[in-house]
Amino acid sequence: MSTPPKITVATTWLDGCSGCHMSFLDMDERLIELVQQVDIVYSPLVDTKTLPDHVDVGILEGSISSEDDLEKAHAFRKHCKILVSLGDCAVNGNVPAMRNHFKLADVVDRAYRDTVTFQPQTPTQGVPALLAVVKPIHGVVGVDVFVPGCPPSADAIWYVLSELIAGRIPEPSAVTRFGA
Amino acid sequence: MPLPAKQPNVRVVTLNIDGRDLSAREDETIIEVCRENQIPIPSLCYLEGLSVWGACRLCLVELSGQGRLLAACSTRVTEGMQIQTNTEKLQRYRRTIVELLFAERNHVCSVCVSNGHCELQHMAQKCGVDHVRVPYRQASYPVDSSHEMFRLDHDRCILCTRCVRVCDEIEGAHTWDVMGRGSDCRVITDMAQPWGESDTCTSCGKCVQVCPTGALVKQGTSVGEMVKDQHFLPILARRRHSQ
Repeated sequence: MSTPPKITVATTWLDGCSGCHMSFLDMDERLIELVQQVDIVYSPLVDTKTLPDHVDVGILEGSISSEDDLEKAHAFRKHCKILVSLGDCAVNGNVPAMRNHFKLADVVDRAYRDTVTFQPQTPTQGVPALLAVVKPIHGVVGVDVFVPGCPPSADAIWYVLSELIAGRIPEPSAVTRFGA
Repeated sequence: MPLPAKQPNVRVVTLNIDGRDLSAREDETIIEVCRENQIPIPSLCYLEGLSVWGACRLCLVELSGQGRLLAACSTRVTEGMQIQTNTEKLQRYRRTIVELLFAERNHVCSVCVSNGHCELQHMAQKCGVDHVRVPYRQASYPVDSSHEMFRLDHDRCILCTRCVRVCDEIEGAHTWDVMGRGSDCRVITDMAQPWGESDTCTSCGKCVQVCPTGALVKQGTSVGEMVKDQHFLPILARRRHSQ
C-alpha cells in the first residue's frame, strides 16, 4: 500500500506575539504524525530562507503592520494554493491593531522616545517601515480559511490541518472563536 | 418600545413555527413562544424581564406571505402565522449583523475582561463569524473609570440599552440614557457626566450584570474574569409587575 503524497506547508509570523506558532507546537506528539503527512517547507520553525514557488498550504500568523508584513502576505498569496489566516491578529487585527487609534508618529515616539531614558532614537536602519493602519490579512490579500483565537488551541490547529490534508476546507467556528 | 400590558383574559391562537403546530396566548410575542417551546432564537438586546427594544435585529424571523423580515421580540403572534426561524437567508442576515457590530467599535476579545463570558462573542461563534468582511470603523471611544465599583468601556458597547432599561424599569433610578445618533450613539449617565459623579446612581450594579459584553464591568477584574449573573432579573421583574 502506497502512502499518500505529503502536502507542503509554509508558515510565517507577521505582527503578532508568535503565540499561534507556540500553539502549533503545542500539538505535542501529534507533530510526529503530522510530519508523516506534511512537509514544512518554510517557517520560523525550520531553516529554509526562501519561500518555494509552489506551496499547498500557507499559514499566516499576525497582522499586516509593516512594509515587510505586506510583502510577505503578497508572496504567500502568490505562492500558496490555500492561504490560512491563523489567530486573532491575522483574522481581525487584534492587539497590534489597537494602535490604529493613534497617529503613527505618536506610536513610534511612545515606543522609542517617550519611554526610553538611554539614547532615545527612532530606528531606521534594518527595520521595515511601519504602515499607518494595521490591517487583518484579508484586508490586503484574499484568504481561504480563517482560524480565530488568541491563540487558537492546538486542537483547533490540528483539526484545521487534518481537514486540509484530507483535501477538505475546514470550518473552524465549531472548534475556536475570537479571543479563544 | 413597550408593548401594551398583558390582559387577564385573552384568546389562544394557533400558529406554525418551523413546521411545528403550536398554540399561544394572543398577547405573546414570537420570541416568547419560541423560548417556551425550546426553539432557539438568537438575540442580544432582548432580555426576559425588560421591555422590548427591538434594536439588535438578531431575532429576525421569516413570516409566510410577508416580504420583509420581522423582529421576533416585537411582533405579537396572530392566528395562522407560518414562521421560519432559521432559514439560510436569516443565517446570512444574522451573520452580517454580528459582523457589523464587531466592525463598528473595537471589540478585542483577547484583552477583554468578559472574554469567555460574552454574549456577543458567543453569538459570533454561533453565527459562524470567523472574520469580519467589512472594514473596521476604527473610531476612538473613551473609558469611564470614575465610578468606585464599576467601569464603562464604550468600545465594547453594542447599544442594546439593557442597562438603560434595567436601571429605569427595575431599579427605578433612570441613571442611564442614550445620546447621539446612529453609530455615534453612546450610553450616558445622568446628563452625560462621569458615572462616578452621578447623583442618581445607586451603585446597585444591575446594569453591569445585564450588559451582554465587557462594556459595563466591575472594577478590578482582569481578562476573562468578569462573569455576569442575570438570574435576579426575572424574579425582580415579576415582583415589580405584580405590584
